[in-house]
Amino acid sequence: MAEDKTFNWLDPFSSVDLDVDGRTDGIKQWAIANREAIQPIKGFFDGLIIRIEAALQAVPPVIMLVLLVLIAWQAAGRRVAILVAACLVALGFLDPAAWSLAMTTLAIVISSVILCVIIGLPLGILAGKSDRFEAAIRPVLDTMQTIPAFVYLVPVVMLIGIGNVSGVIVTIIFALPPLVRLTSLGIRGVNPSVVEAARAFGATPNQIMFKVELPLATPTILAGLNQTIMLSLSMVVIASMISVKGLGNEVLRAMGRLDAGKAIVGGLGIVILAIVLDRITQGLGRSGRARGHRHWWQAGPVGLVVGLVKGRG
Amino acid sequence: MTETSREAVIRCDGIWKIFGEKSRQAMDAVLKQGLSKEEIRDRFDCVVGVRDASFSVGRGEIFCIMGLSGSGKSTLIRHINRLIEPTAGSVFIEGQNVNAMSAKELRALRAQKIGMVFQNMALMPHRTVRDNVVFSLEVRGIDEAERVRVAKRAIDAVDLTGWDQKYPDELSGGMQQRVGLARAIAADPTILLMDEPFSALDPLIRRQLQTTFMELSAELHKTTVFITHDLDEAIRIGDRIAIMKDGVLVQIGTPEEIVTEPADDYVADFVAGISKLDLVTAARVMQPFAQYRQMNGDGDPAHWPVARPEDKLNALVDLAIGTDHPILVKADGANVGVVTKKALLRGIQGREDAAMEVA
Ligand SMILES: Nc1ncnc2c1ncn2[C@@H]1O[C@H](COP(=O)(O)OP(=O)(O)O)[C@@H](O)[C@H]1O
Ligand SMILES: [Mg+2]
Repeated sequence: MAEDKTFNWLDPFSSVDLDVDGRTDGIKQWAIANREAIQPIKGFFDGLIIRIEAALQAVPPVIMLVLLVLIAWQAAGRRVAILVAACLVALGFLDPAAWSLAMTTLAIVISSVILCVIIGLPLGILAGKSDRFEAAIRPVLDTMQTIPAFVYLVPVVMLIGIGNVSGVIVTIIFALPPLVRLTSLGIRGVNPSVVEAARAFGATPNQIMFKVELPLATPTILAGLNQTIMLSLSMVVIASMISVKGLGNEVLRAMGRLDAGKAIVGGLGIVILAIVLDRITQGLGRSGRARGHRHWWQAGPVGLVVGLVKGRG
Repeated sequence: MTETSREAVIRCDGIWKIFGEKSRQAMDAVLKQGLSKEEIRDRFDCVVGVRDASFSVGRGEIFCIMGLSGSGKSTLIRHINRLIEPTAGSVFIEGQNVNAMSAKELRALRAQKIGMVFQNMALMPHRTVRDNVVFSLEVRGIDEAERVRVAKRAIDAVDLTGWDQKYPDELSGGMQQRVGLARAIAADPTILLMDEPFSALDPLIRRQLQTTFMELSAELHKTTVFITHDLDEAIRIGDRIAIMKDGVLVQIGTPEEIVTEPADDYVADFVAGISKLDLVTAARVMQPFAQYRQMNGDGDPAHWPVARPEDKLNALVDLAIGTDHPILVKADGANVGVVTKKALLRGIQGREDAAMEVA
């Protein structure tokens, strides 16, 4: 190490070299060495993402648009549905290729969010139940949210290779924390006297979890889900650096060619997608009763159909 | 004393609850050295919730626990269905040791044998009134049809007919606590535990709910532990009352015993403002007949108004108004005692020496 420099008490840092970067670079070697072992898992997730994308691309744009508007109507009411319709039409006319690119991006976002839920919900519940687990996981979540994506981009690519699966993994690293945090917060926020009442009437720990704690924590958990979706979308440009297709890739390519017009088209597409997903998930978060009806199936398009069927029968 | 003959449904034996990390060491030290609450707090950083509480409740009896806030009432009642584990002592329900039960047995006990009502209602905001009421049946896996039937019966019993599809936040406080009451009685339990059920309500609504509860109670004969910080409520509802102070049960007795023979100054202060008219009986204020005769000699009891030993002061006042004679107390045809005007007035005042004063 730095033998040639004389040690200076007033500036010890420049004369001592612990070689942290050299040692941690070993992670790259490790990643390359373990590539083979990871391939079957990679294959599985690749297949999953490809299938989701194929399904989204197979639906004709107009039918997909109507479907999304109906979902928005059901989840968030008529006004949001109108907004979503306007947004989607605008997205479609942005550029002849925009719709298809948006579906590719949507497929990546959906895959990431599904995996975030599968990983994040149990972690969040655990953190909500155990102070020790919460204390242990909090610095990990902080790291995941603040460490620049470029730091883990390289090891992930070395281990898995470029492509959708790597894109989904880096997206998860960035987008997972709010779901875990808010699930924990939601569980902790459940009125303890209601939980005590459930215990007093003979509920098992599982019943308390599924009949009391999770339902009461749902609005907070959905707020976390909304955050996770938004963060997933904000990762699409970075993910496109490791060869993920879609709107993000348009922005990246336009940047390389200093093509402001193309960059704006890609950027607007991402923003529109964000608005649509945000409004729909926010609508889910507000309970139906807050909007003046008692059950979800009594409102929106489903309510209309149910009403028609009942009216006949 | 009136309840010893009845079968004890709930029996608490020397319950201690010390909160804190070092509760075990604190408990050992208490048993060896008899520390006070303050010493335990200073030496072990522990809070004494309940201190050596023993009592039993007979079948069908309403047992009130009265005490100021922080005296340990909620902590004590939660030992009965083992929501709280005692640091020492045990609880028996119909002879079974609750503290020795497995988790499964305990859940069955809670779901089927014990109904509980909470001060802050503790209803589940995401469930309709009906789903709240039959929660204990749902967790036992009882089918929908039966639940609907049971819910209707319980909801009707608390005068909430027609509200079963509403959510708790659509109901007033009084109605919410009716739901709480319906939930407690839905499974037709043997025991009702009521932790200040009406304390959070307005006086008028509280009175209505007390009435509903007493009607239900007269009909259902549930063994009840009823907590309150209101002595009037305890006297109105309880067959027996336990006074709790700083985690200790300082006196247990019938309302009349509590009011006429307070165990210490603390209880005496509490009962000072209580009207004796509907509590104190002739037996307590009368002078033995023979003693009266000995002191006054003359007088022909034939014209005197007659009362029974269990008649309350209120009834004696009515009798005394129409006459100048003292009141003769007769039991099974025999003259057992005499209540003079002076003794009656002293009794209304709540003076203990009422019967002993020479007429
Ligand atoms: N979980 C707990 N941890 C520590 N102290 C407690 C706990 N629960 C109750 N206490 C203390 O025990 C005492 C009795 O409380 P509680 O039973 O709620 O009284 P009450 O119901 O008569 O108002 C109080 O001093 C309270 O601070
Ligand atoms: Mg209390």
